[in-house]
Amino acid sequence: MGELMAFYLLAGIAVATALAMVITRNAVHSALFLVLNLVVVAVFYLLLGAPFLAMVQIAVYAGAVMVLFLFVIMMLGAERVGGTPGLRGQIPLAVALGAALIAGALFAFLRAPAGLAPAGSPPAPHGDPSAIGARLLTTYALPFEIASILLLIAIVGVVVLARDPRSEGR
Amino acid sequence: MMVTLAHYLALSALLFGIGAVGFLIRRNALIVFMCVELMLNAAGLAFVAASRYRGLLEGQLAIFFVLTVAAAEVAVGLALMVAIFRTKQTTNVDELSGLRG
Repeated sequence: MGELMAFYLLAGIAVATALAMVITRNAVHSALFLVLNLVVVAVFYLLLGAPFLAMVQIAVYAGAVMVLFLFVIMMLGAERVGGTPGLRGQIPLAVALGAALIAGALFAFLRAPAGLAPAGSPPAPHGDPSAIGARLLTTYALPFEIASILLLIAIVGVVVLARDPRSEGR
Repeated sequence: MMVTLAHYLALSALLFGIGAVGFLIRRNALIVFMCVELMLNAAGLAFVAASRYRGLLEGQLAIFFVLTVAAAEVAVGLALMVAIFRTKQTTNVDELSGLRG
């Protein structure tokens, strides 16, 4: 019972922050609402037996990635860029299509949840760092290495993209 | 009554839908990008919940890789936006129509 209450409370916060993020005018407020949303999802990860992922979510996503977002928003001074869309009727159409997407997904998920999870729920997997690390360095060693190469490529790409050609040679 | 997989999938669908609507209606490229992050995160919640209710660790590992790719994607995407802003002086996606015929 307590678990269900906690779920509904957290789910309410998650949906409210997501809506606030989409609606609010100021991009900085938007980013801060997204941080809150990411933290709530990290709490869900804790409830779902994934403590390692929850900490990675907070440190990498809510921490590093969102700080980068805020940094770029403030550097470009793009807090209030925007306004109404150029297409007529874009907002009602987008909301209608989004509602249809949600309704379709809810229908598909709630109709046959038995097919998604076996009856008599199995014990939760232990998502602690040692278990995840052991899998990453044995079964999933190749994807792990590819991910590290991807990060290296991203670093090089960012340096190339963000360099100002006008300051060349200085 | 227990919290079931259906609860988490419903929440994930809601968050994904909100992110999709935000992607369509916002004009600031940075907020559009944040909506993509929201959708990625909703998918992550579905993965971890499925991992929990099937008793497997694989869903969590998949999200570990998604987080890695998302970090790389954000870094490159924001660098692109800085480069675009330098030439166009805007991040409004309606004004960035340089390839329109």
